[in-house]
Amino acid sequence: MKSEVIKGFFRENPVFVLMLGLCPSLAVSVSVKNAVGMGLAATFVLVGSNAFISLFNRFFPSKIRIPCFIVVIATFVTVVEMVMGAYLPALNQSLGIFIPLIVVNCIILGRAEAFAQRNMLLPSILDGLGMGLGFGMALLIIASIREVLGSGTFWGIRIAEAYAPEGYMAPASVMVMAPGAFFVIAFIMAYMNWRRARRLARNV
Amino acid sequence: MRSYILLFISIALVNNFILAKFLGLCPFIGVSKRRKQAVGMGLAVIFVMTMASAVSWVVFEFLLAPTEHNLFYMLMGAGRPASDFDFTFLTTIVFILVIATLVQMVEMFLMKVIPPLYESLGIYLPLITTNCAVLGVALLNVKDFGIMNSLSESFAKSVLQGFGGGVGFLIVIFLMSGIREKLEKYDIPPALRGAPLAFICAGLMALAFMGFAGMGQ
Repeated sequence: MKSEVIKGFFRENPVFVLMLGLCPSLAVSVSVKNAVGMGLAATFVLVGSNAFISLFNRFFPSKIRIPCFIVVIATFVTVVEMVMGAYLPALNQSLGIFIPLIVVNCIILGRAEAFAQRNMLLPSILDGLGMGLGFGMALLIIASIREVLGSGTFWGIRIAEAYAPEGYMAPASVMVMAPGAFFVIAFIMAYMNWRRARRLARNV
Repeated sequence: MRSYILLFISIALVNNFILAKFLGLCPFIGVSKRRKQAVGMGLAVIFVMTMASAVSWVVFEFLLAPTEHNLFYMLMGAGRPASDFDFTFLTTIVFILVIATLVQMVEMFLMKVIPPLYESLGIYLPLITTNCAVLGVALLNVKDFGIMNSLSESFAKSVLQGFGGGVGFLIVIFLMSGIREKLEKYDIPPALRGAPLAFICAGLMALAFMGFAGMGQ
């Protein structure tokens, strides 16, 4: 039961290991706030669609199940869009089209197809929770690196003074621009590969 | 005319879909290992993005947007303001269904009518449904050019954004496949092989493409 939640964090982390959902993880990881908002939105959609699909899967004809899944996912995304637009307009503004684009995030359709349609309600909810939080964690890691190096802030609070006196070290603004996102994810993936190779070498 | 050319340059190069907007990364990393495949994917994306822009524009303007020419308003709007017929909250659901259907129909049409083209593009078409560049361009069109005074200008700019975005995608995926074919000959640290190095190259390309900023709009 616990393993359903934990696997999304490390062994099957959707971004770093399965390489799913790359577009939003690079695009919204400019700041930690955006990353947390996106992670929570995706988690809500994952839990909701996994729960719905595991409950009502037997009513979907198997030949058109993918379109059915997409409609279910799109409905939950619309809920997130409307709630976020009403209560968190600033966050909604900065995430922009990446909120509606949760629909085509491969993680969510992937979990519906691979897990929710052949499992019971509770494991499906836990799976959605784990995968969603794993995605959020990946976003948080990328965003922390980019925000600290690129703007000298964390969660919008200036921390540059803490590690360097004012004016001594200017933030590397390339990190919050497009190239920085590619560099950060490249080195995180390389680290994961290196760790896996080392573990394999030890076991042999 | 000049504004359209500037718009095209800005969409294809300055605000490139892959390198500046992060749309369509999965096929960019997945299908950029061979030049031939990359070109096939790029052409399929141009085709689908242009079609999807046109179709989603029609659906949005005439069925979803609260405008004078909304079909529901024209049929049942007697004595009611057009703003009663605001279905924009359905945009996400309707667009993804329209795009999925469109891709399916294009695939069937090509299979029947132009088999050689189907042979070369066919395998990429199903992948494109979940390419976020396609849904992304439809949503961006609504955001950028959705409500405009002139319907023809709004349509032309939407389709241009779809086409230009596709051309930008083709340029970048083609350059990337050339780089990756060359990289295979070199001795690379094992941890960096595959996706990590592809991302570093993409980052360097994004840096180079930032040089286009200042051109276009």
